[in-house]
Amino acid sequence: MPGGFVLEPNGRVLLRLEPVERMLMLSLCEQIIELVSPQDADPDADPLAVAVGIDEQAWTPEDPVLLRLFPEAYTEDPAASSDFRRFTERDLRQTKLNHAQTVRDGLERSGEKVLLPLSLGPSWLGFMNDVRLALGERIGIDDDFHEEVAELPEDDPRLAMVGVYDWLTYLQDSLVQIMLP
Amino acid sequence: MSIAPAEVEQTAAQAEPDRPWITIVWNDPVNLMSYVTYVFMTYFHYDREKAEKLMLDVHERGRAVVSNGTRESMERDVTAMHGYGLWATLQKDD
Repeated sequence: MPGGFVLEPNGRVLLRLEPVERMLMLSLCEQIIELVSPQDADPDADPLAVAVGIDEQAWTPEDPVLLRLFPEAYTEDPAASSDFRRFTERDLRQTKLNHAQTVRDGLERSGEKVLLPLSLGPSWLGFMNDVRLALGERIGIDDDFHEEVAELPEDDPRLAMVGVYDWLTYLQDSLVQIMLP
Repeated sequence: MSIAPAEVEQTAAQAEPDRPWITIVWNDPVNLMSYVTYVFMTYFHYDREKAEKLMLDVHERGRAVVSNGTRESMERDVTAMHGYGLWATLQKDD
């Protein structure tokens, strides 16, 4: 597979994207932004709690994608998990939102050559990981995934998602190799 | 806003003497081995050998204890792991 992130001699990271790949990546940014954007605060909520990112109530997401992005913190203590969610989920959503916005901004400023400083690498890694987690959940990826894909009929809608997933896997790994200390 | 009294009951854990808490990272089929190693090196500042050993424990045994300490610091670590997209939980060390 050609492409992937390349470390330039000037210490910047280069990613060459075909126009269709750039449009796809921008569309993925928009989808993640929509998915993780913090819910509007309850107008009756305690303004101080809102200001410091604490929700009065928090629910375990029913959507498996949201549950994978915002998992339970305690395996056997639903009350503690709920408390943890109240205190952390808003900030966690903001973190993931910032990653997606950083990638979108970088793409909008670039053409087919995306040049970014190493300092933005973590945002790109986090964003690509979030997309892969979301796609993985929708596709139903498990450890036997690649054997199962080989048997999917040609018109299975999951095949397109698998293509995007594999592409992002390759891109993410190429950036990890650059970012490893 | 609820008119019911706020929950004032303290959890039992707070009354107990300091018992170490642990952060566990669980295996999942999506996260790349290289990325998990990167996260352990970047966030915990573990050297490559330790980060790779923990990553392999996650991958092969299904889970690994990646840090221990107070409940508050483990909640910080779990939050950070969720920020990276790793699946982490905390619990009392038994």
